[in-house]
Amino acid sequence: MTQSRTVLGPDEIARALTRIAHEILEANHGPDDLVLLGIPTRGVALAERLATRLTEITGEDFSARTGALDITMHRDDLRARPTRASQPTRIPASGVDGRTVVLVDDVLYSGRTIRAALDALSDIGRPRAVRLAVLVDRGHRELPIRADSVGKNLPSARSEHVSILLDEVDGEDAVVIEAEPATGGAA
Amino acid sequence: MKHLLTAAMDRDEAVALLDLAEDMHQIQDRELKKLPALRGRTVVNLFFEDSTRTRSSFEIAGKWLSADVINVSGKGSSASKGESLRDTGLTIAAMGVDGVVVRSGASGAPALLADWIGRPVVNAGDGTHEHPTQALLDAFALRRRIHGPDAARGKALDGVRVAIVGDIAHSRVARSNALLLPALGAEVTLVGPPSLLPLAAADGTRLGVRAETSLDTVIAEQPDALMLLRVQLERQAGKVAPSAAEYITGWSLTDERLARLPQTRIMHPGPMNRGLELSSRAADSDASTVLEQVTAGVSVRMAVLYSLLASDQGGSR
Repeated sequence: MTQSRTVLGPDEIARALTRIAHEILEANHGPDDLVLLGIPTRGVALAERLATRLTEITGEDFSARTGALDITMHRDDLRARPTRASQPTRIPASGVDGRTVVLVDDVLYSGRTIRAALDALSDIGRPRAVRLAVLVDRGHRELPIRADSVGKNLPSARSEHVSILLDEVDGEDAVVIEAEPATGGAA
Repeated sequence: MKHLLTAAMDRDEAVALLDLAEDMHQIQDRELKKLPALRGRTVVNLFFEDSTRTRSSFEIAGKWLSADVINVSGKGSSASKGESLRDTGLTIAAMGVDGVVVRSGASGAPALLADWIGRPVVNAGDGTHEHPTQALLDAFALRRRIHGPDAARGKALDGVRVAIVGDIAHSRVARSNALLLPALGAEVTLVGPPSLLPLAAADGTRLGVRAETSLDTVIAEQPDALMLLRVQLERQAGKVAPSAAEYITGWSLTDERLARLPQTRIMHPGPMNRGLELSSRAADSDASTVLEQVTAGVSVRMAVLYSLLASDQGGSR
């Protein structure tokens, strides 16, 4: 039997995003030159939510500074996995050159997605700095990558599965941990 | 998808491929036109027939995906010394290439090659049979015109009326479009001189398309798109084809006919014979999608090469 427990509900996710929005502004000493790029699929929805908060806080329109960065073509496991469909990349009209780009994703795990995102970003332009904001950091890094803002540190076993559910994609807001069903001889 | 030999595919597969091409299309706006997805892969363009745009389009598509692309033309190769298609294919496969793009005057050659060499094969035009990437790029360019470039993703061509005009019987472009466009929901009419309309189309709806001999009748129906095929003089020697003057009178998109089609997109797979299939004014009008089709060709071929070659596990999407 799969055991699942909800670690974050809608209110906690909302509070975490508000805190991340303030952290982004604080680290950047204000809103100047900030660009938010979400990594599809759920990172895009999170980037848009952060943009809404940043607009409320600063009074500047962040929707025009928010986009999406698809990393499919830059993944290091294309050969080993069935063919992956890509998602659109949307870069704000102002571009990324000389800006501070905040990459936004739902879960930080091995770090390989972010490695691919950094490569994808360098093909598009040369930001002044790149920051990383994630809703959940579950550890188990395989590359020297860390997040600047984390909604929730979630120490988890590799055998567990962390699901991020977002209203825009899944119809509800929740972070759920599922223990891998014990099949075969695996512990 | 293991090979791309035909444009016959189901709607979901076609829309997914066009959507992938839509993402690839974004590279056109980039300063750095390079994606690493096919790094370390080798693609051979094996062209036994003359081609400029299809071959260079496949070459650009492969290179923008970081594949190594080698061009082998039939004329300079050992095929001209009498080597069989099978031996040429096996020789190229033995060098360790990952995929072969083949253009041949012989209908069915890509399918044979696919059986023989055990590597992904893309049909870049075989005789009078098929030219699937041309149909895909036509669908891509038309979908963008119909829905708008920013809203095309995920859409099909439901209810879009397309008339394909010219030498239907000898056109692999017409055949591939007659297979692909109806799968996307389009209504296709094949138009041409009676001697150049194949019986299968003329006797009704077996292909899911309609046949019509009068271009003026079709123009009166105000189709959404009119696709003019190249009059292929090299395939016409000794055939029962009309003279150029007869062709222009009956089936050319002249300035006068163009004036009767204020809303219709004008498509042509190229290369164009200006003054024969269509007038210069038609070719250069705002309704013309000719150059968009060429640009679309690169994006669609990137999508095809990625789908066939990126994964070692084949192309289940």
